[in-house]
Order: sequence, then C-alpha cells, then structure tokens
Amino acid sequence: MEIWYGVGNKMKNLLRHLKQFLLLDMLQGFGITLANLFRKKYTLMYPYETTPISPRFRGEHALRRYPNGEERCIACKLCEAVCPAQAITIEAEPRSDGSRRTTRYDIDMVKCIYCGLCEEACPVDAIVEGPNMEFAAEDRKTLVYTKAKLLANGERLEPTLAERLKKDGGYR
Amino acid sequence: MMQTTATVMQPAADQPFTLNFGPQHPSAHGVLRLVLEMDGEVVTKADPHIGLLHRGTEKLIEHKTYVQALPYFDRLDYVSMMCQEHVWCLAVEKLLEIEIPKRAQYIRVLFSEVTRIANHLLWVGCHALDVGAMAVFLYAFKEREFTFDFYEEVSGARMHANYFRPGGVNRDLPEGLTAKIREWNRNFRTSVLPMLEGLLDGNRIWKQRTVGIGVVTPEQAQDWGFTGAMLRGSGVPWDLRKSQPYECYGELQFDVPVGKNGDSYDRYLCRMEEMRQSTLLIEQCLDKLEGEFAGQACKIQNFKISPPKRNEMKADMEALIHHFKYFTEGFHVPEGECYAAIEAPKGEMGVYLVSVGGNKPWRVKIRAPGYAHLQGLDFMAKGHLLADVTTIIGTQDVVFGEIDR
Repeated sequence: MEIWYGVGNKMKNLLRHLKQFLLLDMLQGFGITLANLFRKKYTLMYPYETTPISPRFRGEHALRRYPNGEERCIACKLCEAVCPAQAITIEAEPRSDGSRRTTRYDIDMVKCIYCGLCEEACPVDAIVEGPNMEFAAEDRKTLVYTKAKLLANGERLEPTLAERLKKDGGYR
Repeated sequence: MMQTTATVMQPAADQPFTLNFGPQHPSAHGVLRLVLEMDGEVVTKADPHIGLLHRGTEKLIEHKTYVQALPYFDRLDYVSMMCQEHVWCLAVEKLLEIEIPKRAQYIRVLFSEVTRIANHLLWVGCHALDVGAMAVFLYAFKEREFTFDFYEEVSGARMHANYFRPGGVNRDLPEGLTAKIREWNRNFRTSVLPMLEGLLDGNRIWKQRTVGIGVVTPEQAQDWGFTGAMLRGSGVPWDLRKSQPYECYGELQFDVPVGKNGDSYDRYLCRMEEMRQSTLLIEQCLDKLEGEFAGQACKIQNFKISPPKRNEMKADMEALIHHFKYFTEGFHVPEGECYAAIEAPKGEMGVYLVSVGGNKPWRVKIRAPGYAHLQGLDFMAKGHLLADVTTIIGTQDVVFGEIDR
C-alpha cells in the first residue's frame, strides 16, 4: 500500500515537473490573450461614439419652461433646501404680474455632487439633470451656472428632456 | 577665513534605511503614504500614514438630514458604492423600526452583489497589475463597465448612485433591466470568470508573487479585527451574510469560500469564488424579482419616511405636503442608538448611529474594514521584500475613501 502511495506521489511529482517544464500554465495564459485578440472589440471612439445614455442619467443641469414659454420654476426653494452640497442659491421676488419667480438661480457646478436630489425634489419638473456630460471648462467662473445659462440649457435640450421624463415618468 | 573640515559621510550601519512609499506611488492605491524601514531590500517596519483623503464625513453628516447623508456614503468606499448606502439605510431603518417591502430587499441584495462583483473586478485587475499582469486589468475593467451600465440604468449615475433610500430604493428597476443583468451574469460566470482564473490561477509568476506573501494566521486575523476575505483567507468561516443575515440573505442559497494558508494567493482564490457565489445570488434575486415580487412596491408606503409618487404629489394636497416635508425637513428618527453592519466586499462595514430625536443624526461612527486591515500592514510586510509590499497592499484591497473618511 505504502509502496503504491510512494509511486503515485512520484508520478504526481513527475507530472508537475513536466507541466512546469512545458510551460503549460504560461501557454494557457497566452492562449487566452490570443483568443481575446480575435474577439469583437469593445473600444468606443469616444467623441464620435458614445454608449447609450439611460433616461435617468444625471448630467448637466437645465431649467425647463412650459410649452407656452413661461418658466416652470416658482422659487419654492426645495432644491436649495435638499441639496447636500449646498450648491444652489436662489433669490426670489414677485414679478410685475404678481407671480412669484426667481431673480437669481445659481448652481455651482463645482460644488454639485450630481446626486439628483434637486430633480427629485422639484414639484414642477423645472430643474432637471440632463443627458449632457460634456461641459468641462477651463476656469471655475464659467462653472457657476446662472439662471440665464440654465434656462438656455433647458431650451436647447427640451425635446430630449421631455422625452426622458416621459420614459421614466412611471417609475418616479 | 573659515576653517573647512572634510567629513566623510559614513553609512550608519546600525540605522535602517528609511524609504517613503507614496502618496503618489501608483501602487499605493490612492493616497497611502508608507514609511518603510529597510534592511537592504527587506522591510523591517512599515508605518502607514493616513489622513490625506480626510473629508470629515462623520462630522458633515451631523449637519445633514438622513436623506442628504446618503450621497456621502457613496463616496466612502468609492469602488463599492451601493454597499455603503446599504449600511446607512439599514442603520436608519433599525432606529426607525421599519420593515421594508420584500421587493426592495431583493433589489438591494441584487445590487449589493453586482457591486461586490464590480469591487472584486477592480481589486483583481489592480492587484494583478501591481504584481505585473497587464491583461487581467484590461479584461476586468471591461467587465466592470457593464456593472456601471446597470448602475446608470437604475440610478442615473455610473458610480455615485444615491439609489438605496431609508425605506426602500429610489425607483423601481426599469423595464428590461433584469433580462440584461441575467444575460451579463450568465456570461460572466461561464466565460469571464474562467478566463480571469485561467490567466492567474496556475500562472507561475502570479504564484511566485502571492503564495506565502503576507501570511495572516487565524489568531492574528481575529486579534487585528480583520473581516471579509482577509479573515476568510486565513480559514475563519465568518461572513455576516450567513452569521447574522440581514435583508433577505437568509432566504438565499450561497456558500462562503474559506482559505487555508492565509496568504495572498488564498485570499485571491477566496475573492474569485466570492464572485462566483455573487453570480448565483444575482440569479436567485432575478428569479424572485421577475416572479414572486414582480409589480410590488419598492419602497415603504409610509409617506413620512419615503416621498409619495410624483403624479400623486401633483394631484393630491396631502401628498404634496408630505413631499415638501420630506425634502426640506426630512424625517424624524426616534431617540436611540444602533449599530448596523453589512458584509461589504472588503469586509464588515458598519455604522454606529446615535440619534437624539430630530431630523439629523447626533453622531455617526463609520466602521471601515480597510482601516482595520491597514493596521496589519506592519506585521504582514515585515521580513518581506520591497516588491512584496505592493502585493500586500493589493491583497488588503484598501480604498482610502473609507479609511480616511
């Protein structure tokens, strides 16, 4: 019994040495990398190609308007209150027609952590986080977004924003 | 005229050579500064200096409502985001004494396991890269990108999800996501994991660099408060998902892999097997979500704790008031203190929460697994070569977001 055990062990050792000598472990690895060389490529040519963006994507902010051109934001300041980074500053006054609107709506995009709570909090779907993520700037000043800039974003992206809200509406 | 005396600098034979490792070194995994005392190429003492990424999360949270505190947890261990959110939600729910709907529990577990895979993929990629294998990194990161796609579909962000909420999850899974996860999950288990293992398991270089490096005995692991794969790699079968099942882990079938020798190679094997177990858990969660719990609510229907649906909020005055209260004042948590812990990919992630009533926590203590693991760096690195320090940092899977907090 013990003799056979010894022989088995020797055989095992021999096999192990043979495997080591034949570089089987390395060849297996090389085989895998070689197989991957012929696989379909996953690389995207980024500025020209992008991955599909989910309707929930949280990118650059935008302030929306109603279809008749009226601003949606009524300066309820829920977004300002809920913002964990305190990136939103709002000042409000009654307009000449008596309706309450913001006179100042600033978002410091450098402070913002893109958590999406402002969008969730907004009762009139005014502030939204849009699909755009390409808004890098060379200085901080341009990243403090004013009301004008946010409204411009909204006007530019409105068809997409409305579609996104419609797609995700049932879940919110 | 000054008298010049020529002094010849003599190497002090009795003094060790002190070497600064990091904080900019790429294999220091972020901002770890290690002061190494070397005897030739052998490490005699490793002194980790931490705090370079300190943001005061615990203190900041004292000034935030319970909902606002959530995004901070994403940024603790920034490679396993949803698991950190999970522990915060569990702590708050424990104090609130609420039970969340089953569907929410399964969604949470589903994404905890997706996160575990994402974390381990980053770990295996970077660990292998530190040790010298480039290909693993590329394949692991490609796969990790898919987990981020799921994150994006469900929460809107690719990393810092802010998806789990006290009382459930933010929004239900979008249509078609379960099918996508199922397909990816099957592919991951049948072809990607074997591929990664095929590259590393038997590879002689990988083995030479990891077998017998950073050995931790079971006693040491327990003495130093190691958890997760650092503890299981030493042969201690301890997994919070089994030992004190939270959420719906008690209803799911999975095994806990345990190592034998407590070296880096065993921990590698443990983590690879954990990924396989995670794919099985994901499969079970998807079955339940598509079958038994399809169409159920994914957050608690108590509008004091979770906001009402948007169309309700727009149509109903009561709901609008709840909505306003939730997003300004938040919700009040009864007085008390609790400790909630989860099995995060790196180990036991815990939150000790003290509330004195009111809408903000009075004190939060975060128990990060990496902090305890990093303490062990000195005894693990002692006697090893300088190149092995990178292996040991890699095997500890440290992330500075959670260590420095």
